[in-house]
Amino acid sequence: MRTSRDSGLRNVLLIALGGAALLANATRFSATPAPVAAVSEQEGLAAFETVRAVLQHPRCQNCHIPGDAPLQFDEGRPHAQNVLRGPDGKGAPGFACGTCHFTANPPASWGPHMPPGAPNWHLPPPQTKMVFIGVSSGELCRTLKDEKANGGKDLAALLEHVSHDKLVLWGWSPGVGRDPVSPPHAEFAAKFKVWVDAGAPCPR
Amino acid sequence: MKLIVNGKEHEVMTPGETPLLWVLRDFLGLTGTKYGCGMAQCGACTVHIDDQAVRSCVLPVGAVAGRSVTTIEGLSSAELHPVQRAWIETDVVQCGYCQPGQIMAAAALLKVKAKPSDADIDAALCGNLCRCGTYQRIRAAVRRASEIAGA
Repeated sequence: MRTSRDSGLRNVLLIALGGAALLANATRFSATPAPVAAVSEQEGLAAFETVRAVLQHPRCQNCHIPGDAPLQFDEGRPHAQNVLRGPDGKGAPGFACGTCHFTANPPASWGPHMPPGAPNWHLPPPQTKMVFIGVSSGELCRTLKDEKANGGKDLAALLEHVSHDKLVLWGWSPGVGRDPVSPPHAEFAAKFKVWVDAGAPCPR
Repeated sequence: MKLIVNGKEHEVMTPGETPLLWVLRDFLGLTGTKYGCGMAQCGACTVHIDDQAVRSCVLPVGAVAGRSVTTIEGLSSAELHPVQRAWIETDVVQCGYCQPGQIMAAAALLKVKAKPSDADIDAALCGNLCRCGTYQRIRAAVRRASEIAGA
């Protein structure tokens, strides 16, 4: 027959064993840092609002269009000369973006109304339009993260892209007569990293 | 800087910021390429860089140092280019000012699309303006040039 003393002893033993198991687990995982989000989801969502504002700035969204005719100017009017996206995002055959847009802005001394330039001037290809215009914050966020839509970029590659790609950077040096993207690029890239570090949460 | 124009090498002594069109017309005497708007809005200044149509009025010459430039003067050598033959056959030209640019644009299109549809022709040449309104004949001539080149 069990006594209350036996039962007490058993409980002590179970607690001790449980504690040892927990300790063992803790020891086992201590070698690999736990994937604890260093940044909260709330902070990530707040940072994405800055990302959204940049992506939906005219310098960026004028080429991230739902149709096939790029836009120009702050008001986003259709690009003069009936310019088209073309089969690869680089313009119509025979009338490439590179017909007028070269690898750098023209000299500032030439004044306004000159075609701007940056390396690899192009739109997204028609198969993956990466539409930034007229979409909600949540839709924009999900498109941005979708590797089937974004050219196969994971979050690290996206961060690298927005931090260093020369066509992206052009948005902050758009040439005479055009407002650069706001806020400054360094702030945008920092917010983008916060969003990535938070696990890239998307607004509903 | 070195500039290769119509297969011939030139040493050009101008600041790199000089538009290519200025160099072609004023320094090399190649006046077939026309000045229209000076801001890539009309296409009269179209030349080829490595077979691609570009607007020479907004292209700093320093950006094309060492690259191959073709102007209307260099489009054909022994015999006329199919586009030039088609232009004559179709009697496209009215005043003629925009035509070197139109011809260079058409030749660039046929390089990448040998059998263009009317939509392809419109999309490729919509940046080349003609104040005489010869667009119908231009389109017919591009179709004819495609036939001549394919014959």
